[in-house]
Amino acid sequence: MGISVEGANKRFGDFQALDDVSIDVPDGSLTALLGPSGSGKSTLLRAIAGLEELDAGEVTINGEDATSKPPQRRGVGFVFQHYAAFKHMTVYDNVAFGLKIRKWKKPETSTRVHELLQLVQLDGLAGRFPSQLSGGQRQRMALARALAVEPQVLLLDEPFGALDAKVRKDLRTWLRHLHDEMHVTTIFVTHDQEEAMDVADQLVVMNEGRVEQTGSADELYEHPANEFVMSFVGEVNRLGDDFVRPHDMEIVLDADDRTQEGLVQRIVTLGFEVRVELVLSDGTEVWAQLTRAELQRLELREGQIAYLRPIQAKSFNGSSPSSQGASTPPGSPDGGDAEVPAAV
Amino acid sequence: MSANPASRWGLRFLGLGYLTLLLLIPLVMIFYKTFEDGIGPPLDAVTSPDGLHALKLSLIMVAIAVPLNTIFGIGCALLLVRHKSRLNPVIDAVINLPFAVSPVVIGLSLFLLYGVGGWFAFVSEEGLKILFAVPGMVLASIFVSLPFVVRETVPVLQEIGTDQEQAASTLGANGWQTFWKVTLPSIRWGVAYGVVLTTARVLGEFGAVTIVSGSISGQTQTLPLFVEKQYQNFNQTGAYGASLVLALLALVTLFGMNLLKRKEDA
Repeated sequence: MGISVEGANKRFGDFQALDDVSIDVPDGSLTALLGPSGSGKSTLLRAIAGLEELDAGEVTINGEDATSKPPQRRGVGFVFQHYAAFKHMTVYDNVAFGLKIRKWKKPETSTRVHELLQLVQLDGLAGRFPSQLSGGQRQRMALARALAVEPQVLLLDEPFGALDAKVRKDLRTWLRHLHDEMHVTTIFVTHDQEEAMDVADQLVVMNEGRVEQTGSADELYEHPANEFVMSFVGEVNRLGDDFVRPHDMEIVLDADDRTQEGLVQRIVTLGFEVRVELVLSDGTEVWAQLTRAELQRLELREGQIAYLRPIQAKSFNGSSPSSQGASTPPGSPDGGDAEVPAAV
Repeated sequence: MSANPASRWGLRFLGLGYLTLLLLIPLVMIFYKTFEDGIGPPLDAVTSPDGLHALKLSLIMVAIAVPLNTIFGIGCALLLVRHKSRLNPVIDAVINLPFAVSPVVIGLSLFLLYGVGGWFAFVSEEGLKILFAVPGMVLASIFVSLPFVVRETVPVLQEIGTDQEQAASTLGANGWQTFWKVTLPSIRWGVAYGVVLTTARVLGEFGAVTIVSGSISGQTQTLPLFVEKQYQNFNQTGAYGASLVLALLALVTLFGMNLLKRKEDA
């Protein structure tokens, strides 16, 4: 059950949008397709909805082969980045659209539409036109419209991408709550790793038309399969062949055989967190994340020499993400986990 | 734009002056000349059997050419915008032909095609008279007014994009339902402008229709041909009166659409 895609390929002229992509989305889960622009995540989502035809590959929705079905028979609800509101219809008519197509009777339609408008907190705005709504309201209307027909799966294409930061945060929390109530299998596309980690049960990291890694937020953060995933799901410093998260960098004032010398260039205090930027003797720029207390204990000043000690580093044997396998099963990262490696 | 009031007024004066000189004064002159000797003479001319027949024929032209070109225009615009193909530039250029080619040439080409020895001469031989008859005039009217709906609809279709149509399809609407419930309502003002321009063009067409119709009074005369005939026969009041009817028909079309639009915006 759920959604599965097998060996999906899609080419737009010279551009390989999807390169042998396979994913499995468990029934009732909330999965994020995460990746930079051009990584193929939107194309994959649109292929699942039937809005894009695959050159090769299969799409299965709740056990049924949907590959050659048109969008209207796939039982999907789709939410677009730019809302795709029917501008000439009121909020009520937008939400009722799918029901009218299904020839629902008026009283039932009205009950259902008002239920949904209540759910998305738009009751009372039923008579407005989309142009009279804010971006956040329009997107909630689009969500109600998609949910009205009780889709088997809900697909959201960068649903919060066009909204400002505050509304975005509210809406994603709200989406998570909504999903916990409705349990409809949901996939949403985003390029924002924080958003993906905040909302999703499972993340699929994509890059250049391939799946780099699939797993929970913790798995991806703790055991990234390669350099790309590691740097995409969080901040990272590169020390030779090793990758170290800024909070896994310790700063000490005395050298030993595991430390590297660095010149403190800049100290930025961001509330509780302190960002210390250093230049190593080979010219590499790195930064370490400290707490205020640590900073005060060390009495660090800009322009002074300090010593860096990586607490935890990862190395991917110098391989680039593109040379990794197309899809990496979760929990078996290609890269080795090295506890406190020797200084480079 | 310039904030300088002097230059702003200058521009306004220039714009209005240009319009007055070229459009308003001639129209007012027609109006004045028509009623110079009272309402009687022009009314007689317009309500004469030939005059009424010309009016009827003009309206028939509109009734046939406008719906056909509207349906064709919307279909063609959808084809050009929604189905990318290497043939599109060719189709696009062909649609513009009636704009580029003189109506007289269009009339002559129909003459060659349906006249004696022409490729389609068999149609007349089978009993459907094309030349010097209503069918030929309808063909000429369709030809000259063909591009308007396409040209007005294409940019609107491009602007609305495909998101709404795709949303409709994920909500279960088939292609036909999507067209009627989503696409057409979204492009309706583009189509409406196209329809108004097509109507005006069909009402006013002279060159192509003259050639294929032979301008036979009471048989193959539309209003513009009637105007010309009256003028040739030194019945200038009749010519002015019929011109006024033509202008009024065009105005009614324009105002009708504006009224609809205002009602919708309110």
